[in-house]
Amino acid sequence: MLFCTKEVTTEEKIWHLLEEVSDPEIPVLSILDLGVLRKVQVQEGGRVQVTITPTYSGCPAMNTIAADVKLKLLSEGFKDVAVDLQLSPAWTTDWLSEEGKLKLEEYGIAPPVEPNGDIHALFGRDTVVRCPLCKSENTKLISQFGSTSCKSLYQCHDCLEPFDYFKCLK
Amino acid sequence: MLLDYTLQLADTSLILGHRLSEWCGHGPILEQDLAMANIALDLLGETRSLYQYAAELEGQGRTEDDLAYLRDAVEYKNPLLVEQPNGDFADTILRQFLFDGFHFQLLQQLQQSPEQRLAAIATKSFKEASYHLKWSSEWVIRLGDGTEESKRRIKKAINNLWMYSGELFMMTETEKQLAQAGYIPEYAPLLQNWEAHVKKVFAEATLEVPQNVFMHKGGKTGRHTEQLGYILAELQYLQRAHPGLEW
Repeated sequence: MLFCTKEVTTEEKIWHLLEEVSDPEIPVLSILDLGVLRKVQVQEGGRVQVTITPTYSGCPAMNTIAADVKLKLLSEGFKDVAVDLQLSPAWTTDWLSEEGKLKLEEYGIAPPVEPNGDIHALFGRDTVVRCPLCKSENTKLISQFGSTSCKSLYQCHDCLEPFDYFKCLK
Repeated sequence: MLLDYTLQLADTSLILGHRLSEWCGHGPILEQDLAMANIALDLLGETRSLYQYAAELEGQGRTEDDLAYLRDAVEYKNPLLVEQPNGDFADTILRQFLFDGFHFQLLQQLQQSPEQRLAAIATKSFKEASYHLKWSSEWVIRLGDGTEESKRRIKKAINNLWMYSGELFMMTETEKQLAQAGYIPEYAPLLQNWEAHVKKVFAEATLEVPQNVFMHKGGKTGRHTEQLGYILAELQYLQRAHPGLEW
């Protein structure tokens, strides 16, 4: 009941509706949580133009997300919906919402940690990533590359569970 | 001119991405199999953005798929390095390391290009190229400063591939003109930074930087090694045999 005290514009209503569209690879996150949804415009004649941005340039979920956005809005009675992909400005994990980070950790994926120092520096020290299960900070990077582009693989030394880390991208 | 350059960049990331994808299911350990597939995916993403842009620049109604699947070897403008065979893991790592260093330097500068679309693609891909370079650098160190066998292998890889590293930094006529017009950076400073990085990593890896090696070239002007033909035969087979097929 976010908008009950004032007049709701169609664009606000659409943002609200799109909270129900989730990332197919991390279904606990909506495309709003992820920062993938960038712009909603209702043009003259009622055409709805939705702009999304990819997290990683080869992210295979983008086609599914675009189709899901279209389906959602069509099922809500919008007749003319277009989704376009925008590269610039480039997505960063800064756009992940605070709520999204909490949801990630509950789901068993460690949320991105602010790097100390330059993220593009080689031979940098690894950041401390907290185990999403037992909350121990005694963890180790197994591989920079995980099951999807946005994740790295870690292991916890205390509870011994391997876990995914949503890596920091800037 | 801008079209030629965009195609050259796209061809380069496509062919290297294809090479890495050949490892899928064959990596030495699961984590590195995943790493190579991840990097292949990033390169393919970059390729798609570039081919889409090239198709718009050309304005002849060709699509990104037409550009990837229906051009012949002489039309491909990737440097020779990226079409070289995977060899063993050390060959693949070294090829990646030599390329990543160049890719990282180029994209870093290309972000400032007044050509906005190219700058946007570079900004996106630069973030990814950063961790590619980190990965391949760490592996060069691990192999060089590892066991006797891993050292023998990475030295053999240097022998096999160093001769293709020079072409990355040799400017074609197109590149020279674009650099003069301020659209792309001059490559000489990129080469300096690249050399400094290679030197640092090789020192950590207890490897020697080769000196006075004859450098092969030709890929960027369409004269390829026989390897590219085999890649395209596999890559393009389906579209050639069943034109217009979609799945």
